Amino acid sequence: MSEEKPLTRRWLLLAVGAAFNGIVGVALAVPVVGYLLSPIRKKSAYSQWISLGSLSQFPEGQTRLADFVNPFKKPQDGETAKTPCWVRRLSADKFQVFAINCAHLGCPVRWFPQSELFMCPCHGGVYYANGDRASGPPERGLFTYDYKLVSGELHINAGQMPTLADQAKLVTIDGKGKSPCLG
Amino acid sequence: MSRIKRLYNWFEMRLQLEGPVKDAALHPVPRNTASWWYVFGSAATTLLMLQIVTGILLGLVYVASGSEAWKTLDELNHQLYLGWFLRAMHGWGSNFMVAVVLVHMAQVFTFGAYKFPRELTWILGVFMLLMTLGMAFTGQVLRFDQDAYWGLGIGASIMSRVPVIGGALVDLLLGGPIIGGATLSRFFALHVFVIPGTLLLFTAVHIWMVLKLGINDWPMPGRVVRRNTYLQEYHELSHKDGVPFVPDALWKDLFFSAAILAAVAVCAFVFGPYGPGGQPDPTIIQTAPKPDFFFLWLYAVLSYLPPSLETPFVLIAPVIGICILLALPLVAGEGEKSWHRRPVAILVLVTVAVSWGIFTHLATFTPWSPIMDAWSGDPVPPKLIHDASPLVRQGAVVFQAKQCRNCHAVGGSGGMRGPALDTVAVRLTEDQLIRQVLQGGGNMPAYGKNLSPPEVTALVRFLETLKPDGQPPAIDATHQEQKAQNAAPQQ
Ligand code: FES
Repeated sequence: MSEEKPLTRRWLLLAVGAAFNGIVGVALAVPVVGYLLSPIRKKSAYSQWISLGSLSQFPEGQTRLADFVNPFKKPQDGETAKTPCWVRRLSADKFQVFAINCAHLGCPVRWFPQSELFMCPCHGGVYYANGDRASGPPERGLFTYDYKLVSGELHINAGQMPTLADQAKLVTIDGKGKSPCLG
Repeated sequence: MSRIKRLYNWFEMRLQLEGPVKDAALHPVPRNTASWWYVFGSAATTLLMLQIVTGILLGLVYVASGSEAWKTLDELNHQLYLGWFLRAMHGWGSNFMVAVVLVHMAQVFTFGAYKFPRELTWILGVFMLLMTLGMAFTGQVLRFDQDAYWGLGIGASIMSRVPVIGGALVDLLLGGPIIGGATLSRFFALHVFVIPGTLLLFTAVHIWMVLKLGINDWPMPGRVVRRNTYLQEYHELSHKDGVPFVPDALWKDLFFSAAILAAVAVCAFVFGPYGPGGQPDPTIIQTAPKPDFFFLWLYAVLSYLPPSLETPFVLIAPVIGICILLALPLVAGEGEKSWHRRPVAILVLVTVAVSWGIFTHLATFTPWSPIMDAWSGDPVPPKLIHDASPLVRQGAVVFQAKQCRNCHAVGGSGGMRGPALDTVAVRLTEDQLIRQVLQGGGNMPAYGKNLSPPEVTALVRFLETLKPDGQPPAIDATHQEQKAQNAAPQQ
């Protein structure tokens, strides 16, 4: 380390002092990294069953806009704690619940009952009534939420903003059970 | 007088700044660098100061909370004395700062200023450009309105495409499961502490190096930079034919900075503050989010890329671009500085500037976005259906009611996502029209399931009338041939 300079007692103490600072620094910094990374959670930790309200709001054969308040809402979220979604009722107990976010880059898609298409205002992505991709830049169909019917109410499993990262997993999980193309 | 002098001496004895300041002020610079071309760096610094001052003034009122931010901006705009003007100064200051930083960069690139020994000055400058853009983006988020909300959604969606760690990056960006209060807080911390702190530090080092290494000499064709001779040559240039930096060069810097500040103030006064737009309520979905000016080009590029190229482009192109900028002075640290002898460099600069301009221009009217209310807002021009049969009129109704208009213009209004249809009958035959309607193709969805056969017939009849007077409709050549063949034997 110091072949040219003789290692005096002072230099040794300086080195020890520096090392001491390093150790304390690392001991303090490592937990702080954990603090910084704390928003990273599994999808399951960020979702919960939420009621969209009574089934009677959703007439059969139609697609309606619904919204829910995020289950992990904090006071400082204000209005952003609300999330809209599209509910398509196929029959008495068959539903499709689509995320509002376009599968391209997350803009809010709008449903047009006349032409039975979802259109995205950002880059012109279009989806069919069953959520399949129709045209434009999206690589896949609309994101869907899992749903269940609980005593006359529609519940969905939601809580996290749907993106390609968390939805890709979702598709593989329920890929065998429910086909995304019911229409 | 002597009292002032004594006061000065009291401080000077303790601070001992006179020496270094005099050195910095009077150091000789090559005569022709005292030029109007060399004023952009100091103007950028002035704008940075303006942003800090106006930012602090806004910080006295602004509350970085998802539930309060929009309201405090509204209060600044409408209730506080000069609040609107300070917001406007900060917003326009940001625009000017990005613009001046880009011009500064283009100028030092053109003048070969990144070459030896100023490589590190350039590299720091690249990071400073990134931080300036980072300030512009995070600032747009702090204006917590609809555009900010959906803009964050776009940011998160881009992040989510990163392989493997995409999900974690989205969580980090948003600070939680959704775009909300936590997201705004972390962008506030970035915009107010992290980025400006680093930017100030980098600015100080950047300017320090300009002072220590001397301002880049005016490039002359044939005056080639070589590592072993340059320092000597520069010393001669600045000492034999030099002028003191103060006042010979600095007066131009001062004039330009003042002019830029005045321009910011005029823009702020005339055009007013940016937004805030609609409240950040995600359930109001009647919105078409759009980024601020300096990110419009990105918006255009994202719309035009084919889907398969998008993820690689968005994730890899910026990395490559930044690496090229960082590597530039290390790879091309020697050689000619003059633009007369660097045609490729100048061509690259012009290409980048022109494509940036074109993409930005396109993004100002977003031809790729459907116009979401054209179907209900823009009626079919009456002259198109003036003498039309009932069936054709029915077709015009289908055309409106099925939102065709959102993507297709007729008579100069409607979306531009698909081609305008004013002359479609000249281009497509009946069969082709039917096929296009039923099966879609290109960027058009298939309407097969969404139209009844009578609706298709009516729509196609209407489309067949869309041609300029006196021009024949499109005909199917094979059809004609067959008809002719069928007809021939009978005659
Ligand atoms: S975000 Fe919907 S098409 Fe791009």
